[in-house]
Amino acid sequence: MKGVIRDVIPQLELFQPNSADDALAVLAEHGSDAWVYAGGLDTLDWFKDRVKRPRVVVDLGRVESMREIRSTAGGIEIGAMARLIDVVNHPDVQARFPALAFAAKSAASPQIRNQGTIGGNVGQDTRCWYYRDGWTCYRAGGNICYASPPTAMNREHCILGASRCVAVNPSDTAPVFVALDAQMVVRRGRSERVIPAEEFFVGPEIDIERMTALEPGDLLMSIRVPSAWSGSRVYFEKVSDRTTWDFALVNVATALQESGGVIQDARVVVNGVAPTPVRLTAVEDAIRGQARNEQTAIRAGDISIQGVSPLTHNGFKVNLMKNLVRRSIRDEPMNEV
Amino acid sequence: MNQEIIEVTEETTQQGVSRRSFIKGAIAASAAVSSTNYLFRANGGTVLAQAPAAGAVERLITVTVNGRSRRIEVPPMETLATTLRYKLGLTGTKIGCDRAECGACTVLVDGTPHYGCSLLTHSVRGREVTTIEGLEAEDGTLHPMQQAVMEEQGFQCAFCMSGFIMNSVALLNENQNPTRKQAAEWLSGNLCRCADYDKILTSVQRAAEITRGA
Repeated sequence: MKGVIRDVIPQLELFQPNSADDALAVLAEHGSDAWVYAGGLDTLDWFKDRVKRPRVVVDLGRVESMREIRSTAGGIEIGAMARLIDVVNHPDVQARFPALAFAAKSAASPQIRNQGTIGGNVGQDTRCWYYRDGWTCYRAGGNICYASPPTAMNREHCILGASRCVAVNPSDTAPVFVALDAQMVVRRGRSERVIPAEEFFVGPEIDIERMTALEPGDLLMSIRVPSAWSGSRVYFEKVSDRTTWDFALVNVATALQESGGVIQDARVVVNGVAPTPVRLTAVEDAIRGQARNEQTAIRAGDISIQGVSPLTHNGFKVNLMKNLVRRSIRDEPMNEV
Repeated sequence: MNQEIIEVTEETTQQGVSRRSFIKGAIAASAAVSSTNYLFRANGGTVLAQAPAAGAVERLITVTVNGRSRRIEVPPMETLATTLRYKLGLTGTKIGCDRAECGACTVLVDGTPHYGCSLLTHSVRGREVTTIEGLEAEDGTLHPMQQAVMEEQGFQCAFCMSGFIMNSVALLNENQNPTRKQAAEWLSGNLCRCADYDKILTSVQRAAEITRGA
């Protein structure tokens, strides 16, 4: 185990390219030695604690083109370097995807939203403190999970989907992107690929040392939110200990298409409960074709918790998730910014 | 070491070949040694020319702090709060948690509040930084928010004060008549361990009055 050092950041080679092409060139040259730096809020903790020590850091802060939010024929395309505050305040986001603006406003603190980016919010690493304090757990290349034993402090950890590692995805915007069926645009060198948000987040059963599909050399360029769910009823709610700073204990993003009071289609996603945002397809199947009422909502909540497996201190998340899923179907979206 | 750096950061040309340009030259020389990886080579492997990799940063940069252009030598991974306090001697900016979790280090960058502990100084190259030292007028008149804190006795120990005041200044620049609720929400990224929140919000209300000339 490494000791936690609260000190100045060790020497690293910093690049501040002006274009995505230049950034990709540096990333290609340095491979797994390179670290992508966006807002820096996740990054600097790692560096200050000397738990992650890449040789090269590529700061995207000067790549203006990646900060753009624009309406396209198919929806809205949000540059990965758009700050959370830009997403909150953007008139098109507010008008077409108010739940996304609301979720971005729910993240972190005002100062962090002034600097933290949407790419960083979806790409951030987990907040399991054993892992972040430098314990050599599975996720850090070791051979044990310190958070899962009965004596561990695991109030914030998984209630489902664990595979050796029980850390959760901490993002508030990620479940909304999955609910809205967003597409993540990823570049590596000159080649571009588009990954559905649902597949962008990877759990420990796929790769225990990563949270997303991004590999060394990859750069998340933008997130495309299709019009398909614009104008639908999209509910987001986050429950956390404090309303500022704290990550979600559980959050929920539910998109419903209704006609004549009957649910035509649904995408129900929770986060903070598993290593990735979880799409609750069993709930979706159960409510599709049903009237949107209290009874359907209760049923949805009950189905949502089937198969959960809480740890010593996080049993409360089961009821929390059940109630949030229920509310997300029953209640009117808040979506205030 | 700090003394040395503060001297070279002063915008002075008194000494002909200044210490600053000497140090700049020394830094450039060491940079040349460390960037041999980026030599351009023709097919035969002959060295044609030396060019830095795209986006490589220099250590000697210019940052505008409180209206003054400051030339400073900054390692790549130095945070703004560290530079302000230990290179420029602007110790009004406090470092509390050093983890973007308390707000004591809040400064304005182009008018927007940021945690100085969690922002690289290299990221504010060419931008306007305002700290608590930059608030008062040239004749010493306090900023309305500073005056209000004096009048309302806003803080007890006041370690968090600079951060709160800077964030409040940004609020008042945007909204000269905030409600207590709006101010509380705006200031929610700052913590006060003395829990003076009520007095702090009263100070913001008073500052808004002063600003409006009420």
